[in-house]
Amino acid sequence: MQVARFINSFLLVEIVKGMALTLKYMFFVPRATLNYPHEKGPISPRFRGEHALRRYPNGEERCIACKLCEAICPALAITIEAEPRDDGSRRTTRYDIDMTKCIYCGLCQEACPVDAIVEGPNFEYAVETREELFYNKDKLLENGDRWEAQIAANIAADSRYR
Amino acid sequence: MPKLTINGTEIEVAPGTSILQAAESLGYEIPRFCYHDRLSVPGNCRMCLVEVEGAPKPVASCAMAAGEGMIVHTDTDRVRRARQNVMEFLLINHPLDCPICDQGGECDLQDQAVAYGYDRSRYRESKRAVPNKNIGPLIKTIMTRCIQCTRCVRFGEEIAGVTELGLLHRGEDVEIGTFVEKAVSTELSGNMIDICPVGALTSAPYAYKARPWELRKTQSIDISDAAGSNIRIDSRGNEVLRILPRLHEGINEEWISDKARFCYDGVSRGRLDTPWLRDEPGAKLRPVSWEEALTFVAGRLRKIRAKDMAALAGDLADLESVVALKDLMTQLGTPHLDCRMDGARFDPSSRANYLFNTTIAGLERADCILLVGTNPRWESTMINARIRKAWRQKKGALPVGLIGEEADLTYPVEHIGETAAALKEIIGGKHPFAKKMKAAQNPVLIVGSAVFAREDHGAIAHLLGELARKYDIIRDGWNGMNMLHGAAGRTGALDVGFVPQAPDARGMAEIIEGTRSGAVKALYLLGTDEFNARADIGWQCFVVYQGHHGDHAAMRADVILPGAAWTEQDGTYVNVEGRPQFARQAVSPPGEAKENWKIIRALAERLNIRLPYDTSAHISARIAADWPHLAKWDVLPDHTEIGAWDLKGEKGDLSGGVLASPVRNYYMTNPLCRASEIMARCHAAFPKGRDADSGSEDKTEQEAAE
Repeated sequence: MQVARFINSFLLVEIVKGMALTLKYMFFVPRATLNYPHEKGPISPRFRGEHALRRYPNGEERCIACKLCEAICPALAITIEAEPRDDGSRRTTRYDIDMTKCIYCGLCQEACPVDAIVEGPNFEYAVETREELFYNKDKLLENGDRWEAQIAANIAADSRYR
Repeated sequence: MPKLTINGTEIEVAPGTSILQAAESLGYEIPRFCYHDRLSVPGNCRMCLVEVEGAPKPVASCAMAAGEGMIVHTDTDRVRRARQNVMEFLLINHPLDCPICDQGGECDLQDQAVAYGYDRSRYRESKRAVPNKNIGPLIKTIMTRCIQCTRCVRFGEEIAGVTELGLLHRGEDVEIGTFVEKAVSTELSGNMIDICPVGALTSAPYAYKARPWELRKTQSIDISDAAGSNIRIDSRGNEVLRILPRLHEGINEEWISDKARFCYDGVSRGRLDTPWLRDEPGAKLRPVSWEEALTFVAGRLRKIRAKDMAALAGDLADLESVVALKDLMTQLGTPHLDCRMDGARFDPSSRANYLFNTTIAGLERADCILLVGTNPRWESTMINARIRKAWRQKKGALPVGLIGEEADLTYPVEHIGETAAALKEIIGGKHPFAKKMKAAQNPVLIVGSAVFAREDHGAIAHLLGELARKYDIIRDGWNGMNMLHGAAGRTGALDVGFVPQAPDARGMAEIIEGTRSGAVKALYLLGTDEFNARADIGWQCFVVYQGHHGDHAAMRADVILPGAAWTEQDGTYVNVEGRPQFARQAVSPPGEAKENWKIIRALAERLNIRLPYDTSAHISARIAADWPHLAKWDVLPDHTEIGAWDLKGEKGDLSGGVLASPVRNYYMTNPLCRASEIMARCHAAFPKGRDADSGSEDKTEQEAAE
């Protein structure tokens, strides 16, 4: 036993083993590192990224101010005010999400009866000031317009598991 | 006394008690939609099914009287299945629009669907839709949600006394509606919103504003009339979003008037939120700091002799601020105080003279009521509702006489005469109503306080005294003499003696007159908006106005001290029965406005007068020390202590003239209502809230409508 240990350490067997692994990864295993931001990894359709407020295909906003997302939000990040719109329908006058409070649990999109508030695929929205993370309704609707194609595809992809 | 067994527990109940009520008293909850304990029993929703042993089918427990030896089960599988089936039928035509429904979160159907509903629908045919009805500016209707429980119809017929809503058509086509399109013209219409178990009738001004779970609920007291209805103020942030009734069997049961329910938006409109100051008469008001305003007032008051000052306390003043103002004026040495903004001049030395001695609940025992110079429907809606309840309980055998303006009070009224001369007829005993008074066991006389603002108030008081003696209106165990006030703050101010402090001191009318003659050089107004201050107050007089709205008096004032409205401060209000009640602060005052008694306390400091209270607790203790009965919240006065009606009056000539009700326009009686947009819409929609200028026209319209 003692002898085997002596030989192993004398011949640097472990170093050789380690170096062999290194060389294997260097030449024979495909590279795992991504060259972000030029390359990006795949994300699940269930990925919970930046919030967006969606519209119907005819341009009407989906949100009906039921306030279920506000009620369920565990971080109290959502603030909604509502009143009847000129045509009498129930709409929000204010829909704010404080993204610094949000914990990205996704309960808001689960609570939404009309799939209006969703957590979209976007995770790249770093900003320079804190204030920029206080999203208002305009910002959220703009997100929705920008990401609608992918959000719709994600919801369709995930729908059969719901 | 039938004895029955419910879920294995034996109970004995009064004959006529329904199974539902018996089960309720044992603590078993039975779901229901149509049944309401203050309305008649129609038994049409079928949700309250229970199993009675021996009965072939489940029975509707609300409509089945408890019988001797019944064995009832409220929670068996069969019962649950039956209720689930009923629920499935109710949901056939009910839209799935809970997310946009204002009832969501406080909806009986929603709650019970959680317990008895299926998680998916088996219904594949088309749902029916019902057109919405326009029934006025207060109630929003979404009739597709209606489950035809008919609570609103029964409320209209039984409590409010209007038969405008009804059930139209039958079977699949049945719907609630007004027979011809018109607004539901009752001052209790808001209660239909509360009793509607679904979202078919919701509050129009509150539409889509908030969800019940985000509201902060504050217990308070209504100040739109003197009955002191118990209310709950629902607010979010610093905004009052709605007002709901709170149960109080002695006053409002579970109803409130539309004015109490919907005047809240006046709180945030037309408010005084910073002190204003006019440097000299005729100059413009300019906004100043509290420091500058108080120093200015103190400087001016110092130069004026105490006997040249006067103070008036308005209709909405809370007890604490009235006490503080009285303490300040007493220390300054001013005897000229008054709180009777209607100009009434009765003798307030005995409490029984100006209280509603019968008590509101006591009206149910009355068997003959005489109204003198008052219209309880407009002056105190809850008292009118109670008279109607008494009339219904006696199945119409409650004679009600009216001396004064003819009015529709929702129950039959014998109009005896318009002028005070009719009192003489009653005393003479010749009039048919006099015989009914004579025969009555518990006669009641309700006199409007405005009667005592007339020139001949002494003569009328004398006649009333004679009437009381002749018909034994005050007897052992029964005090039927009542004065009805219209102002929430009045009884409290009278109780603490905010009245002329000496026999020769000036009252309301003399103070106003004095400002013109120059005898009153400084006038302190505590929320007095009931007279036309700009026209009535003399131009040389230095006027300080403390209040919350830029109404009549603020325009005339030389200094405006912005105070809190009743939702914004803790305050005690004594209702017309003499029952002190506490209204809690729901939101904070806007801008620089402060709690009313603190303003007076701060002003006193600058006049080198120390009022001995620094905190709310101190001032409560100050009130309790001098008026212990006002510190006992929700306790009625003991009539063995306060004595009986003792208005002497003197024999004199009656000046004639109609004994008119002071309320010319139901929806515009105080500065809060006048600032309220909802009240303005009501005023436009309901001509019954009469206007002084167009009174005669409205009357014909009203008659035409009936």
